[in-house]
Order: sequence, then C-alpha cells, then structure tokens
Amino acid sequence: MSVNDTRIADELQAPSAPPVSQGKLVWKRFLSNKVAVASAILFILILLFSISAIGLGPIPGWWKYNYTELNDQVQQGSPTWEHPFGQDRIGKDYFALTMRGIQNSILVMVVLGLIASVVGVVVGAVAGYFRGVVDAILMRITDVFIVIPALVIGSVVGHAFGGLGAFFLALMLGFFSWMGIARLVRGEFLSLREREFVEAARVAGASDARIIFKHILPNAIGVVIVASTLIMASAILLETALSYLGYGIRPPDVSLGLLISSNQSAFQTRPWLFWWPGAFIVTLALLVNFVGDGLRDAFDPRHRRFNLRKMREQEPEEGEGDGRSPKTGAALAEDVL
Amino acid sequence: MASFILRRLLVSVLIIIAASFLMYMLVAYSADPLQDLRGSNSPNKTQLINARIQLLQLDVAPPLRWLLWLGGAAKCLIPFANACDLGSTVSNAKVTDILPQALGSTVQLVTFALILAILLGVTIGIVTALRQYSGLDNVVTFLSFFLYSLPAFLVAVLLKEFVAIGFNNFLAHPTIPWWVAVLIGLVAGLIWQSLIGGDRRRRLLTFVISGVATAGVLLLMSAMNWFLMPGLGPVVMILLIAATVIGATALISGLQNRRALISAAIAGAISLVCYFALQPLFDVSTIGTIIILAIVAIIVSLAIGWFVGGYDRGQNMRISVIVTIVSGFLIIVDRFMQAWPQYFQDTNGRPIATVGSSTPGLEGDMWVTGLDTFTHLVLPTIALLLISFASYTRYSRAGMLEVLNQDFIRTARAKGLPERTVVVRHAFRNMLIPITTLVAFDVGALLGGAVITERVFAIPGMGSLFNLGLSRGDLNPVMAYFLVIAAMAILFNFLADLAYAALDPRVRVR
Repeated sequence: MSVNDTRIADELQAPSAPPVSQGKLVWKRFLSNKVAVASAILFILILLFSISAIGLGPIPGWWKYNYTELNDQVQQGSPTWEHPFGQDRIGKDYFALTMRGIQNSILVMVVLGLIASVVGVVVGAVAGYFRGVVDAILMRITDVFIVIPALVIGSVVGHAFGGLGAFFLALMLGFFSWMGIARLVRGEFLSLREREFVEAARVAGASDARIIFKHILPNAIGVVIVASTLIMASAILLETALSYLGYGIRPPDVSLGLLISSNQSAFQTRPWLFWWPGAFIVTLALLVNFVGDGLRDAFDPRHRRFNLRKMREQEPEEGEGDGRSPKTGAALAEDVL
Repeated sequence: MASFILRRLLVSVLIIIAASFLMYMLVAYSADPLQDLRGSNSPNKTQLINARIQLLQLDVAPPLRWLLWLGGAAKCLIPFANACDLGSTVSNAKVTDILPQALGSTVQLVTFALILAILLGVTIGIVTALRQYSGLDNVVTFLSFFLYSLPAFLVAVLLKEFVAIGFNNFLAHPTIPWWVAVLIGLVAGLIWQSLIGGDRRRRLLTFVISGVATAGVLLLMSAMNWFLMPGLGPVVMILLIAATVIGATALISGLQNRRALISAAIAGAISLVCYFALQPLFDVSTIGTIIILAIVAIIVSLAIGWFVGGYDRGQNMRISVIVTIVSGFLIIVDRFMQAWPQYFQDTNGRPIATVGSSTPGLEGDMWVTGLDTFTHLVLPTIALLLISFASYTRYSRAGMLEVLNQDFIRTARAKGLPERTVVVRHAFRNMLIPITTLVAFDVGALLGGAVITERVFAIPGMGSLFNLGLSRGDLNPVMAYFLVIAAMAILFNFLADLAYAALDPRVRVR
C-alpha cells in the first residue's frame, strides 16, 4: 500500500487541505473517470427503464402488454409502432419479453455477486487470518470447487435448481462462484495481519472477530469491491449461457439467453428476435465491466497512471519505477478472475 | 524435484476425488435417468425400467454408487490393463467406448484455439504495449473489453449465420467491389501507420503505401478469380520466403549479424528448392510422410545453423529453425490451396460448414480431407478463441508494460543495447512468466466454453457428451466428462508450475 500512500500524500500536498478520508478519495477518483461514471448511469437507467416499463412483480408498469399474454400478429411480428421490438412466433410482445429478460439478468447478477462476495470474504478472511491448519483445509476446499470450470458446475447447479426460479438459481450459483474472491481476500489478509495496526489492536485486547471485521476488512475492501463487480459482469454472461443451454431460467419465465436460444432457428427470417436480447446482453456486461475497471483504477491509481511514453520522456526523475513494487490487491483482482 | 511431483500428484488426486463426489451428488440427486421411460407407453414399460435400474445400479443409494463408480474409475490408473470402467449410458453403451472419439474431437478444437489465442493475443499485447495510448492501442483495448462482454454462444451463432453463410454466398460470385477494397485498404493503412509510428511524414507515407498495397492486392485477387482457384505460386512463394528470412533475422539477431543472416538465407533457399522438388511427392503423401519431412527439415536447419558457426551458434540455429518452420508452413498451405477447387466442387460450392466435424461421404486424398477438417473447425475455433484472446492481449500488454518499467530494462538501455534486443531478449522473456499461469487457467475455461461451441456447431465432442448426458439425466457420461476436464486442468496447472520454475530462476521447486 506504500505506493497508494505516496499518491495520497501527493494529492494532499497543500498544507491547509482539510483531512480527506480514503473513501472520499476513491469516490473522487471514480467520479473523474468519465467512461465508468457514464456506464454506471446508463446501467441504472436501463434497470429503471425495464422496471418501470413492465412493472415489478404484481405492480404494473406503463407498457400496455406484458410478457405472458398472446397477442394478434401484426405484420408477421416484425417491429411496428404497436410492438417496437416485434413479436415472437406465438405473438408475445417482444419488448415486454426483453424487459423481463433484463430484469432477470440483473437480479441474477446482483444476487450471485452478493452471495459469492459474502462467502468468499468469510472463507478468505478466516483462512488468511488464522493461517495454519484452518487455512490449509479451507484452501483445499477452494481447490475442490475451482477444479470444475464455472460453466460446467453452473450447468449442473442450474440443472438441479433452475426450476425454482431466477432468485434461487442465482442464490445456488453464488454458492459455487466464491472461490476467486476467497483467494484474493486470503492473500490480502495474509499481508495485512502482519501490519502494526493489527498488532496494536491485538495488544489492546480486541477479539479476533473485531480485528477481522473492524481493522483488517476495511483495508481489504477495495479488492472485494473490484472483484465482486467483475464477478457480476461474468454472472450476466454465465446466466445467459446457462439459459441458452437450457439449464438456467426456465419457461414461462424469460431470460435474454433463453430468448436467443428459442429464436435461433428463426434467425434468417426474423433477425430482430435475435438482435434485441443479444444487444442487451452485450450492453449490460460491457457497462458492468467498465464500472469494474473504473473502480479498480479508483482503488489502485498506480494501475492507471503508468505511462510508458511519459516514462521514456522523463526517464531519470520518474519516481514510480521503484523496482518490483508489490502489486496492490486491486490490481491482482484482475489476475485471478 | 521428485518429491515435489509426487506431493503435487497426491494432492491433485485427492482434490479430484473430492470434486467428483461433489459433482456426483449434485447430478445424482437432481437428474432422473428414467424420465424418458416414465413417459413411454410401451407394453413392457416396467420391464424396461427394471432393466435400466439393473444396468445403472439405481437401487443403490448415490453415495454408495459413487464409491462403486470410483472403484471402476480407479482401474483406469492401472497401465495397459485396459480395465477402465466408467459405467454405461442410459442406452447401454460403455462410456469408455464413446469417450476416445469425443475426446479427440474436443482436444483438436481446444488445442487449435489455445495455440492461436496465445500467439495472436501475446503478439498484439506486446505491440500495443510498445505503442501505448496510440490509436491502435485504444482500439484494441476497447475491442478486448467488448470481447470480454460477448457471450460465447452469441459469437458462435453470429459466426454461423453471418460468416459461414455470407462467405459461401460470396464464393458463388467471388468479386470484391472496389469500395470494399478501398475500405479495407484504409483500415489496413490506419493499422500500419499506428504500428510503425514515427513523425507525421513517415506515418503518412506508411499509411499511403500500405493502404494502396492492400487494396491493390485485394483487387488483383478478385480479378484473377483467386478465391475459386487459390494458390501462392512460385513468385509469391519466393517473395514470402525472402520476407521470412529477413524478418526472422531482423527480429531475433538484427540484420548486421551476418552469420545469422547467412544461415537464415540458406534455410530459406533450401526450403524454396524443396517447394519445387517435392510437389510430386506431396501428391501421394500421407500425414506420416509430412511428419517425417518436417523432422528432417528441422534437423537440417539445426545443422545449417551449427555449421555456419560464428560467436552465437544457438542463435543461428534458432533462426534457421524458425525460417524452416514458417516456409514449411507456407509450402503446406500452398499445397492445401491447390486442393481447394476439387474440394469446392465436392461440397457443391458451399465449403464453409456450419454443422458437424466432417462432411459425410467425402472421399479424397489427404489434402481434400484436411481441407474438410479445416472448414469444419475454422468457425468453432474462432468462436472459442475470441474470448481467451481478449484476456491474453490484456495480460501480455499489462505484463509487458510492467516489465519495461523495471530497472534491468533501464540498465539494458543504458549500456547501449539496441531497442530490439531490449524488447526481444530482456523484456519478452520476463513477460512470459505470468502468461504461463494464465494458460493453465485458460485451458479450463476453453474446455468449459467447448460445451457451448460444440452445441451451436453440433460437433460430437466432450461438450456434447456432457450436455446430452446432463439433459437426459445420464450420470456416467457426465462424470466421464468431469474426470477428463479435471485431469486436464490439473495437468496444465502442473505444467504451468514447471514452466514457471524453468522461466524464473527465482522460483525453486521443492
């Protein structure tokens, strides 16, 4: 973290500057990244749009059709003012279907990301803090889960629990996606627990739980946030892929992947049935990836500031090239995920 | 070293056993292997159900059944005993009988995708790192973000519907309109000027020359009906081999190293002679002939490097081997192109396939069947490699930037080494170290991705074994699939560790 500290010191050079918390600094850096902020705003807009259009659960939205009712075909289901995204083969309104798919994708993304983060943080924190036998056992368990590729374990889990609805599917998938975060958090804890402030807390008589949650975890929060954002981006892709294979969300509920797989055969005759869900999958995943990238830059400015050309120009004075400076955790987040 | 390998092996086996238990329980409790029989209305329904319960030992509780399965799978470890028993499918076929063919098909697909992804990804990553924040770099960065966010099945479906059908339609009337050629020329010019860099005048010159050359070649190919009767021909072959000789020498040792240039030139000249002399032999070749020729060629090129001598024999040998491999590849490609018209006819003018792994009923010599495999593999391979390609580009770019930032690079520059030596000898090798770890991770991801690619392109491989097994509630093929990919993942992790130790002397294997 020493690099971070010097950066912060740079930014606080003015002697009269009021004390600024680490959180505020990160927030400020994130806000200065235009692409990431625009992505975050656009993402929220898409979410609000999809919720307001077809409503949420029993609450109706402003759009006149819902995603279950069958309507008369207008112009063989091609996009019209009546059905802006067209209609599928049996006359369902494709705009409502797509909006429902977006809601489900975001639901799966958030639930999966949260579960994976919580489990990963707990496992990683316990393993890294207690070390020794506990660490060895927990890491071997992590190895067991990590041997199976995400899509394969996802298919099996989806096959087992997909019938219970999007929420339960995401919940169960989350319990099989925590391994990356656990390894990262463990690494952070292993190095943070040797620091003086932890020793001070221990001398002051703080309990293990207090040290873990009050003292170490806040220092490792950057890694967790960045990693869970990146997991969320891959969760969108995982859910759509599973639904495409038939192991994800089941009919009559809708998912973007399911829409593509059930309309794939009509690609030549009705391409819009393919393009809308496809475009929204890519957009959502891209936006979350941009936000994740922005967060990483905000938590770990070194990751972004390094500039080869600049370095060549002012070779002798460049202070950041202090040999093999240890990568901070947030930069490592990308390495494992 | 031996104790390290043994310990790793033991831990890996334990991990596989535990993971197989996890997998077995999940599938066994969720899948119903009797579902198709329950719905049937044949008169001997109960008999059929009983027979299947007998066959798959469904009356045994899943944890015990897992033990039985494990016992059968453990027999696979006995070498040459052929006692492997992975159970049978619901349709009473031995899993060990269907496994080899499926495995072969998937390994082919994954290997091609992996090699191409590494080669392309690392090359582009290095180039963008050396031209950081240039137009090319920004475009590639955005593209890799885009590829990260692109689901594999979407890519596969798009390739199938657009590229395959579009290219086949194009081949019906293979002429490139002039505006397409101009557009491609513009893009090529932009890429080259960003790559070569320099001041504004040099950039403009590069842009014009490369753009005009690209567009001209495209129009020439279109005018000569090249896409129906492709081939490199003697003139192009001479040019390409000469370019290889100069390029390889310039990249590895620099052109001022005369010995290196001489050995590269001799290797190139011999390749060229072989190109003319061996054509009759190629007509009657089999894969065995080609392999023997390749081995002979590599030995000869090593000898060339050795006998040319000089102060760095190893370097000469490396260069002449590289020249030989590239020229040999060109010669083979040329021979495949000569078989293209016949293959084009055999497939009724629609050569790029969208389904399966070979054309049923196709007959022909090695070159025609080789083309057939190629046209079936090309789209699935692209679909599979695009995603890992993105991560290789990003990692090698980041790795290269990090290495270039270090003190020993500054030292190398300070003592006056040319930039080529700094990049190729000092930076490149150190950048490879983290890439090895990525390869190990990536193999698992590629094997998982093959499930989707094989489904879209209807390839009968491991992925479809898993997919079909899971949807039919058929436990044994799913477990066989798991066993293979887990073993491969662990094998590659192990190889990555060894490669890591070989590349980085600071790492000690204990």
